[in-house]
Amino acid sequence: MSEATKPQPQAKGEKTPISDTSYVGIDAILEQMRRKAMKQGFEFNVMVVGQSGLGKSTLMNTLFKSKVSRKSVQPNVEERIPKTVEIKSVSHDVEEKGVRMKLTVIDTPGFGDQINNENCWQPIMKFINDQYETYLQEEININRKKRIPDTRVHCCIYFIPPTGHCLRPLDVEFMRHLSKVVNIVPVIAKADTLTLEERDSFKKTIREELRANGIDVYPQKEFDEDAEDRMINDKIREMIPFAVVGSDQEYQVNGKRILGRKTKWGTIEVENIAHCEFAYLRDLLIRTHMQNIKDITCSIHYETYRVRRLNESNILFTSNPPDHPAPATPQPNGVAAHRSSVE
Amino acid sequence: MASTEIARQAGEGARGVPLSGHVGFDSMPDQLVNKSVNHGFCFNILCVGETGLGKSTLMDTLFNTKFEGEPTQHNQPGVTLKSNTYELQESNVRLKLTVVNTVGFGDQINKEDSYKSIVEFIDAQFEAYLQEELKIKRTLHSYHDTRIHACLYFIAPTGHSLKSLDLVTMKKLDSKVNIIPIIAKSDAISKSELAKFKIKITSELVSNGVQIYQFPTDDESVAEINSTMNSHLPFAVVGSTEEVKIGNKMVKARQYPWGTVQVENETHCDFVKLREMLIRVNMEDLREQTHTRHYELYRRCKLEEMGFKDTDPDSKPFSLQETYEAKRNEFMGELQKKEEEMRQMFVQRVKEKEAELKEAEKELHEKFDRLKKLHQDEKKKLEEKKKSLDDEVNTFKQKKTAAELLQNQAQQAGGSTTLKRDKERKNPPETHLFMMNVVF
Repeated sequence: MSEATKPQPQAKGEKTPISDTSYVGIDAILEQMRRKAMKQGFEFNVMVVGQSGLGKSTLMNTLFKSKVSRKSVQPNVEERIPKTVEIKSVSHDVEEKGVRMKLTVIDTPGFGDQINNENCWQPIMKFINDQYETYLQEEININRKKRIPDTRVHCCIYFIPPTGHCLRPLDVEFMRHLSKVVNIVPVIAKADTLTLEERDSFKKTIREELRANGIDVYPQKEFDEDAEDRMINDKIREMIPFAVVGSDQEYQVNGKRILGRKTKWGTIEVENIAHCEFAYLRDLLIRTHMQNIKDITCSIHYETYRVRRLNESNILFTSNPPDHPAPATPQPNGVAAHRSSVE
Repeated sequence: MASTEIARQAGEGARGVPLSGHVGFDSMPDQLVNKSVNHGFCFNILCVGETGLGKSTLMDTLFNTKFEGEPTQHNQPGVTLKSNTYELQESNVRLKLTVVNTVGFGDQINKEDSYKSIVEFIDAQFEAYLQEELKIKRTLHSYHDTRIHACLYFIAPTGHSLKSLDLVTMKKLDSKVNIIPIIAKSDAISKSELAKFKIKITSELVSNGVQIYQFPTDDESVAEINSTMNSHLPFAVVGSTEEVKIGNKMVKARQYPWGTVQVENETHCDFVKLREMLIRVNMEDLREQTHTRHYELYRRCKLEEMGFKDTDPDSKPFSLQETYEAKRNEFMGELQKKEEEMRQMFVQRVKEKEAELKEAEKELHEKFDRLKKLHQDEKKKLEEKKKSLDDEVNTFKQKKTAAELLQNQAQQAGGSTTLKRDKERKNPPETHLFMMNVVF
């Protein structure tokens, strides 16, 4: 039906430039897109996972420079460790320079806090899959909304306690299971307890262990689009996991008011990259890669879920495997194994 | 484990919190734009209009390049659609532009079915997208979107009113695509006639319920310009790729003995308005409308046609899949039934043929028997005849010999003595006896 042809005879592969005499205005579409995006606003859903006491809520407040965490919303609840993993999500509308964003922070109190932590990631997996399911249901409706509300978890920040040794089995298990369904960003929490050398060796050990266990954290190597991307992402991969310190209190340092933690031996400046890597995390998550994180969730994790789900129904509803040209016919073993891992 | 949502249902859906510092997500629109730039854009225009109205020239003028193709002949037997894709680049924006032309529109003697191929084409693009969306393993992000985003309808510059072909075609297309009507070759109409023509066209469109594309007025930054432009529809355009020197500049124009029509002069024609609206202001909105309105409508109709319905809140999930499976089983059942029927019919026919053949065989046998009998009868008759003939021959022989003998005797009765002895010597004794009888 169509063939790509160049209007003027040029070497194949070359893009045709519009003549300089007059300006067509195609690049005005960028402005139009920007306008549309500003009007619609953005959505971002972050999940924080880690044992209690690692500073998750504080970090969220620091990242988004406002009281977005669950604790700020429920100030009067006494801090008790729940008996099972609960999922609590809080949504906020934030706005900056005309850009509106609906930010949802999903907290998981109770994770890793029990004596027996077996399968404590399952409620989390279930929650994530439930969000995918809701989206899928809406997508296959006949009368569907113009903009399907996106509650899918875009990013999961996993807090590693600063032991300085290596990853604990719980950490490995959790990340191994969840890196397949969501973008995981591991961070070393309360990093002000590690000296710089300890921090570096800890990070190296963690990276080794992640590699050894085949855990792909964000940014995943396989989703790099081109050489430029790969370069940028390689730099990030060398720094993972970020050693962060969170704080929502301001102190006076050198005449400026900055966020920090004041101790007897000095003040740790949160946004000083010589002190901790909070700034890198913030840049990655918000300033440079937010769209990319959302894209990977949308086009890869969600699609994987969708494929699996649709194939499951296929097997559910037919006694024989379908003989019409279904692009993916999974082996029954594969599906069964996956199902057991989900359950 | 059920998830609890705190503070999600307040008011519109979430509470607003003030930020105490610069977070940095104001770069989100930039991130989004960068991603789109890397990905490239695509835009598909459909040009509908009679042959010779300057569609290809207008496309060339709009996008400032020479698209390929020679003018088509006027003797096409039906309306076909020819589409060409071009890759254009301006600064850092890459655009995959597809221009679809209707070849032979309005040339036939009987134009009743002219609109059909256009509608089919548009539906085919929607169908392709729907198929991709419904696939299990799909690649929507790298899918080359071929759905028509804008339809430029070229109206012939008669100066009177819309032709009925135009009205019928536009009515069929208005729910499938964004229609932007334009008056082609508008340098053939004078200014006063043009104003009247535009009013006539708009009123005819309204009275016939044709929904043309309205430039959106909900965004404040473009509301004003869009609403002014809305009142200038349909745009009266002139297209030209030739350049003429006016003053000290080379401008695109058409040169006549009585003057020069400058394409980009707003007092001469509405070309600049069209370019402004189509490309510089509303390209993204056209794409969005196509996806959220026209495509959704097509999808809804198609799925309902296939028998799917949305589920009730408490029924099983994936009714799409379920209904599909049920339909498929139904279809397979029908197929099997048909197969069975055909098999039965075949068996029947075979039986009949067999019976026929048997009949024929029997007849043949009978015939054979009959013939045999006949043959035997004839043979018998023949034998009888032969026998009788033989008898006759014998009788005749006897008579002959008797007659001869008599003759001889008669002769010998005269010279009988000598002859007697001779005869006695000659004649055998029977004859002697006979003669003796005769003497006495």
